[in-house]
Amino acid sequence: MQPRMHTAMIRFGFGARLGQAVADDAGGWVRQQLRALPAETGLTTAQGMASIRAQRANPGPDALPDGQMRPADILRVEAALWARRMLVTDMPVAERLASFWGNHFTVSRRQGNVTAILGAYQREAVRPLILGRFEDMLLAVIRHPAMLMYLDNAGSAGPNSRAAAGGRRGLNENLAREILELHTLGVRGGYGEEDVTGFANILTGWSVGRGAEFGEPDGFMFRPLAHEPGAKRIMGREFAEGEEGGVAALRFLARHPSTTTFLATKLVRHFVADEPPDGAVRRVARALSDTEGGLGAAAHAVVALPEAWAPLTKIRSPQDFAIAVLRALGADEEAAQPLLAAATQFSQTLWAAPGPNGWPDTADAWASPEQLMRRLDWVNGLAGRAAASGRPDAREVAEATLGPLLKAETINAVRRAGSSREALVLLLASPEFQRR
Amino acid sequence: MNRRTLLGLTGGFALHGTRLAMAQAPHAGAGDARFAVVLLRGAMDGLSAVQPYADPAFAALRGPLALPEPGREGGLLDLGGSFGLHPALRRMHALFAAGQFLPVHAVAGPYRSRSHFDAQDFLESGAGQRLASGWLNRALGAMRGNGPARPGLAVGVDVPLLLRGPVRVGSYAPPGAGQVETGTLAHLATLHQADPLLGPAFMEGLRARGFSAAVLAGLAPTPGNRNGFMALAGAAGRLMAAADGPRVAALEMGGWDTHAGQQGRLSATLGELDAGLDALREGLGAAWQRTAILVVTEFGRTVRINGTGGTDHGTGSAAFLLGGAVAGGRVIADWPGLGTLFEGRDLMPTRDLRGLAKGLLRDHLRLPIAALDLAFPDSQATAPEAGLLRT
Repeated sequence: MQPRMHTAMIRFGFGARLGQAVADDAGGWVRQQLRALPAETGLTTAQGMASIRAQRANPGPDALPDGQMRPADILRVEAALWARRMLVTDMPVAERLASFWGNHFTVSRRQGNVTAILGAYQREAVRPLILGRFEDMLLAVIRHPAMLMYLDNAGSAGPNSRAAAGGRRGLNENLAREILELHTLGVRGGYGEEDVTGFANILTGWSVGRGAEFGEPDGFMFRPLAHEPGAKRIMGREFAEGEEGGVAALRFLARHPSTTTFLATKLVRHFVADEPPDGAVRRVARALSDTEGGLGAAAHAVVALPEAWAPLTKIRSPQDFAIAVLRALGADEEAAQPLLAAATQFSQTLWAAPGPNGWPDTADAWASPEQLMRRLDWVNGLAGRAAASGRPDAREVAEATLGPLLKAETINAVRRAGSSREALVLLLASPEFQRR
Repeated sequence: MNRRTLLGLTGGFALHGTRLAMAQAPHAGAGDARFAVVLLRGAMDGLSAVQPYADPAFAALRGPLALPEPGREGGLLDLGGSFGLHPALRRMHALFAAGQFLPVHAVAGPYRSRSHFDAQDFLESGAGQRLASGWLNRALGAMRGNGPARPGLAVGVDVPLLLRGPVRVGSYAPPGAGQVETGTLAHLATLHQADPLLGPAFMEGLRARGFSAAVLAGLAPTPGNRNGFMALAGAAGRLMAAADGPRVAALEMGGWDTHAGQQGRLSATLGELDAGLDALREGLGAAWQRTAILVVTEFGRTVRINGTGGTDHGTGSAAFLLGGAVAGGRVIADWPGLGTLFEGRDLMPTRDLRGLAKGLLRDHLRLPIAALDLAFPDSQATAPEAGLLRT
């Protein structure tokens, strides 16, 4: 196997899955995965919205009528789908991209009563667009009920709109501010408070329908009565009244040079180094601007960076670590629940980021003493069960997952370990295995 | 469910890298006998545990690992003039004096692998290859009688290969089970040392859990009540003591792979074993008189000391038998002498571990010869060792 293959599998995927056939050409292996993810069936946003309504109407502990699922039940199904996919996917690179963009556009179950539509959100607004144009993903994400509810835009009303007459409702800036700060321009992207207000007014009326009972859709709905009348401005540019003004504003922000730099920086930080090298950021930014925000082109540019083939310096996030360990042991879909439990144990519960800025992407957030001890304890338990079942052999796992990236001391320690369990613990809790 | 199993289910524990799995045997041939096997994983240095101080080549070959002769300060505990027990095994020495501890020297399994993994598999399989079941489980299968089955717990923690097989054996883990072994932590600490990012965090994590450098070097006791083997062995004894309790148990204990700094590290591990076996005795209470315990390791270690104050993977080692039913107070060995070493480096094995096990299965558990052959396939050439038990 080409030595670069291990680097490729770890940096761009989840590391080797034991028993998986491995390609010879590392760059080719990454690039051939830069294609659309296969469609996946799951619960739809409409089903999720129905569940949220049913829960509101029946808050008690009894089963819902007509066998309807509660949001918590939907979450269980969706989380298991996610976990199974992570364990067995043969497109880990595309999955890593989906998770990067899913985290860029974080919607968390900690707020906004969105639990029932988190899976649908990722499946409908993020996963199909990871190689499309950024502005299309931005539009899909912002129009999705999950984001509109999570960041409180669904009820926002322009101060001079008819919905605000009587003073019971008004403007909510949350979504507009986070789009500017977290999704597009970045906090130092050159916008001011008046731009936040202007943009918030532009987005008034971007809301969520209440379903068939009200003759409304179970998804995005523009409410003209809540929309602020008149043209508005962001960064000196004027946008027309109406839903189209919002679409135009989002496209404008998506193409802004500050956005390009911001996205390129985040991509390089995620895949290359906690401190993104300027040259690498410039190259990825150029790929984005040359293609009007082509995310596929950006991904190809990251893979082509010389820095992407340098020694691994980043630390695996908790979820990535748990996925990598289970895949290294050849786990199958049955490990879905253990994977979800491990993510929680390591303080990275699926779709539960603390805030809209998502999970951190640097070592200082994850390389904590307690984090390392918890990873070690977990690995120790898995290794005990693996050793008891007689497979896999730690040396085989070492070769498949890290190969030439292992230090001589680690190889020796694994070889000389006193039991197969100890050998697996030494490998899976080694500093090398923590790296990404 | 349990009517089908005939042999009862089991209980089991795991603590701090040690494990216990048990199976209840019916009253068929076994009567009221209790039998436990303790696996020492990582290869115990038999020449340190039971030192042949009378062998003229011993002191020179072993250097600082050869302890002073019996009677001197920090010296060995005498076992009858030729062998001395490591002073960390003082409770076992008291049992020796009581005629209930029986060291066996220069023993090995039928395999000659120096791979821990292979050798442990072979040792537990009772064969020269890894089988899907362990010899103790197959022996249990042969004990099928008319005893009623006792429902057991099976809560996740694994059963060693030794006791896996067609006879159902369960296990469960008490809270706090599955601590990482101190020796493994010491290795990991070394691997993290050079890492500027993870090294300090890892060491801080260990410190927060009470592990100092001295603990990791085996020079200080593990923090808190972390002598997992002792707690596990005591629990095993108490469970086996019950009239309707399991008759057969398998325990395991790690920490024997002393490639470096053996003197201090092995002393701590032997002390842990000593305390654990004594806790097992205490837990068994009156049943101790009907008990035989077999303590085995996968292979021995090199006779000569290596460059880091330790020893590497070898061949012949020592085994222990203990219990009220054991005819102890002596050492069993066809001593090969250290003048000629196996492959120029290891203690030459002169006795097959399978013979010991077969002797105990035949004379202690009263199993027929056919059952012994089932437990140890292709072992007809190795006769069951006679005279291991009090008569």
